Amino acid sequence: MIAFLVRRLLQAIAVMAVVALCAFFMFQFVGDPVNQMVAEDATAEDREYLREQLGLNDPIPVQFANFALNAARGNYGVSYQHKRPVSALILERMPATLELAVTAAIMAALLGVPMGVYTGLRRHGFMSKLVMTLSLIGISLPTFLIGILLIYLFAVILGWLPSFGRGDVIKMGAWESNFLSVSGLKSIILPANTLALFQMTFIMRLIRSEMLEVLRTDFIKFARARGLPNRAINYGHALKNTLVPVITIIGLQLGSLIAFAIITETVFQWPGMGQLFLQAVQVVDIPIMSAYLILIAFFFVVINLIVDMLYYVVDPRLRVDQPAGGGHG
Amino acid sequence: MAEQATAGPGPNERPAPPQTTLQRIWDSDVFYSFRSSKVTMVAAAVTAVIFFMAIFAPWVAPHQPFDVATVDLMDAELPPSWEAEGDPRFLIGTDNLGRDLWSTILYGTRISLTVGFLSVIFGLLVGVGLGLVSGYVGGYVDAFIMRVAEIQLSIPGILIALLLAGILRGVLSAEAYNDAVVWVLVLTIGTSIWPQFARTVRGSTLVERNKEYVLAARVIGLSRFSIMLRHVLPNVMGPVLVIATINLAIAILSEATLSFLGVGVPPTEPSLGTLINEGQNYLFSGLWWITIFPGAVLAILVLAVNLLGDWLRDALNPKLR
Repeated sequence: MIAFLVRRLLQAIAVMAVVALCAFFMFQFVGDPVNQMVAEDATAEDREYLREQLGLNDPIPVQFANFALNAARGNYGVSYQHKRPVSALILERMPATLELAVTAAIMAALLGVPMGVYTGLRRHGFMSKLVMTLSLIGISLPTFLIGILLIYLFAVILGWLPSFGRGDVIKMGAWESNFLSVSGLKSIILPANTLALFQMTFIMRLIRSEMLEVLRTDFIKFARARGLPNRAINYGHALKNTLVPVITIIGLQLGSLIAFAIITETVFQWPGMGQLFLQAVQVVDIPIMSAYLILIAFFFVVINLIVDMLYYVVDPRLRVDQPAGGGHG
Repeated sequence: MAEQATAGPGPNERPAPPQTTLQRIWDSDVFYSFRSSKVTMVAAAVTAVIFFMAIFAPWVAPHQPFDVATVDLMDAELPPSWEAEGDPRFLIGTDNLGRDLWSTILYGTRISLTVGFLSVIFGLLVGVGLGLVSGYVGGYVDAFIMRVAEIQLSIPGILIALLLAGILRGVLSAEAYNDAVVWVLVLTIGTSIWPQFARTVRGSTLVERNKEYVLAARVIGLSRFSIMLRHVLPNVMGPVLVIATINLAIAILSEATLSFLGVGVPPTEPSLGTLINEGQNYLFSGLWWITIFPGAVLAILVLAVNLLGDWLRDALNPKLR
């Protein structure tokens, strides 16, 4: 266990180092930060002074070391566009994205798992076929189109829900929450549904195919032979055995929720990190882009690490010593 | 699609009396599964119609939406022809600039498909090449390529495409970016899909490299390069076709998403994603058709290609579910 953990941790650190290197090269080769920061009429001395101040005259390895140290301390420089520290900008917007992503993840799991179990058990039922067909459409509709259709139906035609923004947010210290006011709750419904839909269909199809797989195995037949009630077989034996891969995939999907949040946030003008990142891409605001890259990579690495460990804890078969890099096929 | 799939050496083909090529295709397993699935036939027909109309857009389209001389701003924002204020000249209405929406959609589909196909080809070339090298050469090269692919696979493609687009926006000037936007998109989307090709090809190469025909080729002194290209490559291409089809749908979606987010095709000659993005601003004033029709075409196209990909996967490899 310890060896496994250490190996995974080393890999995670290596990945973070590579990502930091990418972010650093973005700084180095895309545009000149000095040009972005000084006024139009700055003299050559001003520029040179700033250059020295920023450490841009140091050798590249030294610059990278400084960059990595600063990044580890949460210091990502100043945004070209907003003229404010990037870390403050991101921290301000993180609650909005996290609330959206977590709400969507919970919705996707709460709806996707039962639907997957149902369609797996009643494979040939009318409802199952209907749900499967609808899910195929759900997979083929791009996220932004789903968002637009929901806005058109619920905001424009019916006028039930707000179409953009977070509504009234309640401040709790540094955390602005959507969950404490009626308009905040109403505002999160459409974006969270948009974000959840793809994940929900994904989880549903995954559980369904895992259920079909497990229901064919001998231990299920044996359980039936023992005369166990259907309920116990379906939920106690079958569902339980599908959950191992499902936990893994759901964990990994958390990362893609954050990525798809970029699109959802744009459609609904949701003031989160994704919107900040997209605006940075549009105007080439390198500090925000590189900070976002590092942050997202960090999220992914941590999630991967947790999922790997969960896998290890949940599935005893994996504890037999495996060659490095196994388990991925 | 079906013709291509059966033209190669299929594992299920039994020695049969001499037949015409057409008959062989008709009797093959792959085509049998095509004939017996109505959904697949409909999907193929829909895909064919959309491809045809996109390729021949200049002849099929009733108007020339990018010809400034024929576009009149007075015609802007007309609803579809069956509505009270509709104009019979414009079947499904006009957009905010007075362009015939139907023609604009045809041209837009053309751009979307071009970017989709080129991206898949780019991703395929890079992925198959690296996968082949990785599997055949092995060692550190293999470890390095696969590690990179694994890291990239765990990050959603759209995020990578966005980051690359941002970097290229910084490197190129705004004008150069818009001029080269199709190639920028091909590069970014292609880069985001190569790992799947690489992993699959590497897997099959690992199996093939130990087979006797490869050994024989080595014994007669062929170079590594020509063994990889002439002997191993043709035998690992089967699954690549399936991945390419599925990734075509993904590439079309990625292009639409990037254009929707405003880092893709500019509105002067819009793709489907750009059209949806433009139309979104008019949704609140009740001009639903500018968004809904391009959206519907995009969704139908992606659904049809997805269905074809699903079928191809099942038909070519019964072991895969």
